[in-house]
Amino acid sequence: MHISPVLWQFLVKWLNASALFPREASTIAPYTDALYFFLLAITIVGVTLVGGLVIGFSVRYRKERNPVATHIEGSTLLEATWTIIPLALFLIVFVWGALLYFRIYTPPVNSMNVYIIGKQWMWKAEHPGGQHEINALHVPIGRPVQLTMISQDVFHSFSIPDYRVKREVIPGRYSTVWFEATDPGTYHLFCTQYCGTLHAGMIGQITALSPEDYEKWTRESVSGMSLAQNGERLFNSLGCNACHNGQAAARGPNLAGVYGSRVQQADGSQVLVNDAYLRDTILNPSQHVVAGYAPIMPTYQGQVSEDGLIDLVEYIKNLQTNYRNEQTLTTSQSNQAATAAPGTVKP
Amino acid sequence: MSATSSTIVNLPDQSSATLPKRNYLNNEHGLMSWLLTGDHKRIAILYLISITFFFFIGGFFAGMIRLELLTPQPDLMASDTYNKMFSLHGIIMIFLFLVPSVPATLGNFLIPIMLGARDLAFPKINLLSWYLYLIGGTLTLAALVLGGVDTGWTFTTPLSTHYLNTHVVTAATAIFIAGFSSIFTGLNFIVTVHRMRAPGMTWFRMPLFVWSHYAASVLMVLGTPVLAITLVLVALERTIGIGVFDPSKGGDPLLFQHLFWFYSHPAVYIMILPGFGVISEVISTFSRKRVFGYTAVAFSSVAIAVFGFFVWAHHMFIMGVSNYSALVFSLLTMLVAVPSAIKIFNWSFTLQKGSITFETPMLYAFGFIGLFTIGGMTGVFLGGLGMDIHLTETYFIVAHFHFVMVGGMLMAFLAGVHFWWPKMTGRMYPESLSKLAAVTTFIGFNLTFLPQFILGYLGMPRRYHAYPPEFQVLNVLSTAGATVLGVGYLMPLIYLGWSLKYGAIAGNNPWQATGLEWQIQSPPLTENFIEIPIVDHEAYDYEWLANKTVNEVTTVG
Repeated sequence: MHISPVLWQFLVKWLNASALFPREASTIAPYTDALYFFLLAITIVGVTLVGGLVIGFSVRYRKERNPVATHIEGSTLLEATWTIIPLALFLIVFVWGALLYFRIYTPPVNSMNVYIIGKQWMWKAEHPGGQHEINALHVPIGRPVQLTMISQDVFHSFSIPDYRVKREVIPGRYSTVWFEATDPGTYHLFCTQYCGTLHAGMIGQITALSPEDYEKWTRESVSGMSLAQNGERLFNSLGCNACHNGQAAARGPNLAGVYGSRVQQADGSQVLVNDAYLRDTILNPSQHVVAGYAPIMPTYQGQVSEDGLIDLVEYIKNLQTNYRNEQTLTTSQSNQAATAAPGTVKP
Repeated sequence: MSATSSTIVNLPDQSSATLPKRNYLNNEHGLMSWLLTGDHKRIAILYLISITFFFFIGGFFAGMIRLELLTPQPDLMASDTYNKMFSLHGIIMIFLFLVPSVPATLGNFLIPIMLGARDLAFPKINLLSWYLYLIGGTLTLAALVLGGVDTGWTFTTPLSTHYLNTHVVTAATAIFIAGFSSIFTGLNFIVTVHRMRAPGMTWFRMPLFVWSHYAASVLMVLGTPVLAITLVLVALERTIGIGVFDPSKGGDPLLFQHLFWFYSHPAVYIMILPGFGVISEVISTFSRKRVFGYTAVAFSSVAIAVFGFFVWAHHMFIMGVSNYSALVFSLLTMLVAVPSAIKIFNWSFTLQKGSITFETPMLYAFGFIGLFTIGGMTGVFLGGLGMDIHLTETYFIVAHFHFVMVGGMLMAFLAGVHFWWPKMTGRMYPESLSKLAAVTTFIGFNLTFLPQFILGYLGMPRRYHAYPPEFQVLNVLSTAGATVLGVGYLMPLIYLGWSLKYGAIAGNNPWQATGLEWQIQSPPLTENFIEIPIVDHEAYDYEWLANKTVNEVTTVG
């Protein structure tokens, strides 16, 4: 048979460029693949067994060889066998899958945090240090990275196949996912939840860097202020500091060091202060009145963007003392006094 | 001569068979006699024509999707067009083809006859159900002609309520109305099974076809109203902004997911259970044996119907449901897989010590067993929590549900159509051509959907209009397979149409099957039975059939 060399080369190139199995590029990937191969094995055994039975019986008991059927009612023993063995296998898969699930969705305590905002049709990554990226994410290898994600509009889903992680990005609530990259390189980032016209264009690139390269990248890509600094400016311009200033007569609870603590609510319940709680208190303050305070805080729904909320959350998260807060207040008060002063001295 | 050796093994001489002078097809004439009929058999034919029409429309969209995915670039159509293609493919195939496929056609035709009744309990409601289906179908076509809809068949909020300006409300209304046609069919079946069985037809003498339809009917009646409510809420949210699903108004978008999957997961069983019924009949008939473990197969249908209602959140494992509720739903998902495994093994062992022949329906049934086993096992992948994270929303899930719905249900539907074609029309289909079609379908199907499992594990997301170039080889294979599959589906359309006029005369019982439907003339009389039969034997009793035939011969001779 003769095949044109041009066509042959084209075919070879084409097949070489194709993929059959994804790379294992995170610490999770080998665990996922182990379960996958187990499942693949029981599938192959199961299909071979059923196929073997059907084909074997078809050959052995075809009409030419077995012209008269023998009637069998059933067999309790056989039926119990094929109830119990599949059940046992499925339960193994259940336990194994559950362990894997908890591993994938429970971030280690020492993980670094990056915020992700999904919107039609792009991914924004915001690093606490003030690095902003669009449809890209730079992460160091050998260090757990937690993503705190939210959508500004519809459901999206953040998927990195080579890391075997994926999580829905939902409007109105934070969802998290974590991974630890093992190999430097670039990897696909896909939105896997259908989100409208350019769903297939909502893709990006994960760049895993060695710790040194990551350090270098971090230094060189700072644009403007850190998230917490942005947050502080927003905190003051929205007038949050008028009440949340830590002074004795303050009308709102003290926020310094509140992150990670448990707070007593007016309805008697105790709530853990985390990112989701902070975000929700800004948008729905009447739902989360802290014990001992009047429900006077207005809602900021529609006034702060998701980026702004992330800045505020990051600011409150890192707020250890009210010192700067008081300074700001004093300055603004003395400024007011200063501007008011000439008016009062009317001749 | 022992009783077993008297089993009829030779098909009767069909050359002497003639079409009965009077039957349900020629009882009345004219278009109005069809459009205003109360006869369950004529309504089944009306349904068969309508769902075939919609199947080929849905199939056209599938073809366009595969054609676009031949190359990684989005070069055949615009993104919005592509999104409309897969949305309409899903909506039409699920709500207008798969849900009514077996129940509304074969079920409608056969359930009264199998029970020994003259019609369903409510013939007029049965006709109404077809008209509702037709209105739903027309509205879907209207949405299509007016410019399409691009929500996907899942109508995910807030995308469907706030971010699209296509004909969402029209499509939702269409599904809402078509849903009632399905409720009415289910209601009719439940009442008929309870109230209209012939004397002696006890529950455990019913064919398994009836059992599986009974289970599916319960799901239709209990599940479909939830879908209807959900779609009303989507329409209200879209038109007047009531805010049930809108987080900025205090609503919860996850609530939509819960409500939608509360119907749409049981809907999977609404689609597949009637197919199970067909397979039980076909395998028993062509191995000339009672179904192995009749009771286990009957009860596994009921178990699937019950458990099927409590697994819906396995569609939401990555959506931020509580980890502990995810655990419960994963466990229940594993449990619901067991009855399906039981059925597969029972069918396989029905063949043991049978006397097997390989007519077309049997080939389709074998295809069903193979493909459904793969479809079911890959479902276990997705039910495993940690595995689901990587696999969900990719081509793996697309391949999985096509194996179950197309490899399983469509194979069963075609098995059933070929099996009962002689009964419905009085004529045989061409045997060798139809065997070729069955084999073509099987090969084309595997070529289309096996590569998609690999694509899914690679991470290719579903509903993508363009994809990274390294996925192309597998996509080309899949598209090539879809072409073969398309040929496999067009062939029956052509030769079944041909057989209406030129097919050999079938006679009453060409397969020597035991069901009551095979003991009457083909095509049946409008009233099915001249006198209501008295049932004194189990289902699939081939000895009874043999004795009956012997006695008949004696009487005539």
